[in-house]
Amino acid sequence: MKVAVLQFPGTNCEYDTVYAFKKLGAITQVIWHKEESLPEDIDLVVVAGGFSYGDYLRSGAIAKFSPIMKAVKEYANNGGKVLGICNGFQVLTEARLLPGALKRNESLHFISRHHNLKVVANDNIFLEKLSVDDVINVPIAHHDGNYFIDAEGLEELYTNNQVLLKYTDATGKISNPNGSVDSIAGICNKEKNVFGLMPHPERAMEILLGSDDGVKMLEGFLSA
Amino acid sequence: MTAIVNISLKNGVLDSQGKAVHHALDSLHFEGIKDVRVGKQIILKIDSDDHDKVRADVTQMCEDLLANTVIEDYDIELIK
Repeated sequence: MKVAVLQFPGTNCEYDTVYAFKKLGAITQVIWHKEESLPEDIDLVVVAGGFSYGDYLRSGAIAKFSPIMKAVKEYANNGGKVLGICNGFQVLTEARLLPGALKRNESLHFISRHHNLKVVANDNIFLEKLSVDDVINVPIAHHDGNYFIDAEGLEELYTNNQVLLKYTDATGKISNPNGSVDSIAGICNKEKNVFGLMPHPERAMEILLGSDDGVKMLEGFLSA
Repeated sequence: MTAIVNISLKNGVLDSQGKAVHHALDSLHFEGIKDVRVGKQIILKIDSDDHDKVRADVTQMCEDLLANTVIEDYDIELIK
């Protein structure tokens, strides 16, 4: 299993992501955004979290024009698997590889804490090691995590099992930290090869650090 | 020529910033405010007098970068 982890100016989760996938036995490579192509034999591209280009205009808006993103689009359109975490999710929506958009949190505050998530759909490689209705605990750390999609788009997400994760409390009851439509924390595209979520599974790899629920999430990709 | 681009959240997309400002104005006892929307303005100075071309170019800039049309509307004003 080979994983390419993208690095933009301002990315700050690339080495956590490398740590996470190495722990699972994958070979990882950090790819600078100026690169125009991806390594040939990779199995997954991760768009890691952070603040690409300072998110000066909108989160992810400038990163989508980086040279490497053209290669990522091509890779995704050919069925390659792409995972966007936090800022990576924002980049993938801005690049229109995932539907919807991420707005400023409803409270207008930056939120950084552990949060519970409920698995909504597992008929995809990302969450196949988990069961529907499983509740997991993973950190969130974002200012712009308020997922928005119009009513028509939302219906389509549900019809195709593209809603993957929702923010809940420990019992699985909806608990919405940021105002996201239907408390949505993560989605995938219709073809189920592009995934995006605001929470950080790569920061939930060690019990010592609060949770290792990220292991079950990320190891789904290793079963391919 | 100067192009003034006003970007705001679409109708139906909750504007949390606008809501917070509205709440603050209410606390200051300003009366009769029905709604507050917060947007952003981008002012471009462009070295051209070709009105149609500038409008077309700035529209493309909005579609590609300046606005996220999933959640935002934009409006372009050109001044000689």
